[in-house]
Amino acid sequence: MARRIRHGAGVRDASAPASAASDPDDAASSGNPTAESSGTRAAASGSGRKFHLRRQGRAAHVFLLPWLLGFGLVTSVPLFASLYLAFTDYNVLSSPRFTGLSNFERMLSDDRFWAAVSVTARYVFISVPLQLGFALLLALILDRGLRGLAFYRGAFYLPSLLGSSVAVAILWREIFGHDGLVNDALAWFGIEGQSWLQNPSTALSTLMVLNVWTFGSPMVIFLAGLRQIPEDLYEAARVDGASKIRQFTHVTIPLLTPIIFFNLILQTIGSFQAFTQAHIISGGTGGPVDSTLFYTLYLYQQGFNSFNMGYASALAWVLMLAIAVVTAIHFFLSKYWVFYGDD
Amino acid sequence: MATMLAESRARRASRPPSSSHVVRRRRNAVFKHAGLWVFMIAMIYPLIWMGVSSFKPGNLVLSEPGLIPSEVTLENFTEGWNVLNRPFSVFFVNSLIVTVGSIVGNLFSCSLAAYALARLQFKARKVYFAITLASVMLPMHVLVIPQYIFFSELGWVNTYFPLLIPKFLATDAFFVFLMVQFIRTIPRDLDRAAWIDGAGPFLTFWHVILPLMRPALVTTTIFTFIWTWNDFFTPLIYLTSVDMYTVPVALSSMVDSETQSGIGMLFAMSLLSLIPVMLFFVFAQRYLIRGIATTGLK
Repeated sequence: MARRIRHGAGVRDASAPASAASDPDDAASSGNPTAESSGTRAAASGSGRKFHLRRQGRAAHVFLLPWLLGFGLVTSVPLFASLYLAFTDYNVLSSPRFTGLSNFERMLSDDRFWAAVSVTARYVFISVPLQLGFALLLALILDRGLRGLAFYRGAFYLPSLLGSSVAVAILWREIFGHDGLVNDALAWFGIEGQSWLQNPSTALSTLMVLNVWTFGSPMVIFLAGLRQIPEDLYEAARVDGASKIRQFTHVTIPLLTPIIFFNLILQTIGSFQAFTQAHIISGGTGGPVDSTLFYTLYLYQQGFNSFNMGYASALAWVLMLAIAVVTAIHFFLSKYWVFYGDD
Repeated sequence: MATMLAESRARRASRPPSSSHVVRRRRNAVFKHAGLWVFMIAMIYPLIWMGVSSFKPGNLVLSEPGLIPSEVTLENFTEGWNVLNRPFSVFFVNSLIVTVGSIVGNLFSCSLAAYALARLQFKARKVYFAITLASVMLPMHVLVIPQYIFFSELGWVNTYFPLLIPKFLATDAFFVFLMVQFIRTIPRDLDRAAWIDGAGPFLTFWHVILPLMRPALVTTTIFTFIWTWNDFFTPLIYLTSVDMYTVPVALSSMVDSETQSGIGMLFAMSLLSLIPVMLFFVFAQRYLIRGIATTGLK
């Protein structure tokens, strides 16, 4: 899975550090300087290499000490602890009580859980494609030697940088409020606005707009990808008499599919976990009528407002599995549309 | 065939472009730029509006939404600064402590781990590297509840330890991965030379690798700054007293007590909260763009 992603990433910018990515395997085969030099020395003294390897192993674990502690205490123990808690009833005050599958049974009949699933699913599956669509469109417009590229790129990127902040969420409240900017703009065209945030059927769309607004970072990735497409492919297509449109559909798009895929995975995983904006816009309630109850917001309410830590853990595991399943489906489907150039 | 193609291509290239062609191209470019400008202004407009509104009297923010204020005031800043019964500088200092601590933690722990994973030879290396990659994908929500229980058992709720200690333990696996990939681009001859001169892994790391991985360290610094500065979820969970709040949590508690006249103050403080990120945007844009282009960071 990771390897595929990096494969996609590798196309992006050959001069860039991360894309010099190699598989762990080939790094191992190229060895490291110390191993190689100790290897030549080992020819002279049989036990030399072993000694150096042992010394390196010890040094490596000293270097990795913080990481090992972190992986143990902050990642893996909590991971298994939350798996255990998912099968318990735990309110912090008394010790966890094992209740088998009851947390998961509770989910099935929990209307707010289903509201959260529906809200999150709509958010992810509507706003991510829209966001990527904008990103790709703008990247295509900005590509190929447009003057002022750096300026435009910076301006379009700025919202991505600020989009996850509380400040922008506060701004959004006022833009889509009853007397907000959007209604002012609509009034200009003689359209009577409404209270976008108070209306359960429109509140979620304001958050989707916010997500689409942050199309800058995938756009920057697309731009880097476009620059990687060799000019001679277009040259060859032109020589063969391909029109601009055919060049686009037969050269640009196929060679960009790994990057589209990379962005799709990245933004999908990120959007599943959106929290701040919904929390600020709804005042932490997920309202009106649970219409902005993002999954993570519901998880937060269960875990940290109601202290249903067992139920919240179960919710967290369901979220993780959902992300894993969606990602796996994306990888499965990618066989049919992502072009890696090597087959 | 090939020579014919080459000839026709050469002929096409040498043919002077007709003047109508040039005019059309230039006109297209003008349209393109005009369209981009309109779209860009629409995108940025909300931010500009927030900036301008901060300087309007609170009751005019929504009633006079234009960009040219009929009245300019600094009231929102002076009153907003103290609206939570303590100067807002408290929250800025708190945010700064958390942010700088996180940066130091990430630079320290991730670079050590990355060096070992990229350069040293040991049995578990591939396994560790795979773990690092897997934890990049792990949603934090699946860890947050046991972590909270664990940290509260230690009596760390309402301290900065739950926000900082994980950073010193290389739990931002993403940066470990970023640095590993960067170290792999550094020529191994340099390590080899240091090794021949008798430097062990520690000296090699300190004198050879660390100075050479500056670009990766800069990227890590910038993104740690922006993520930590904007982070809302973690401080919301762990920080319980107002004196400990970071800027985002303080802003959020201002929202909770919002009144109509409060919008101006809310905007003014929001604007101030964005300034550090904006400064990074202005002065480190090159690194930012490169960072995203190569790693897919936000």
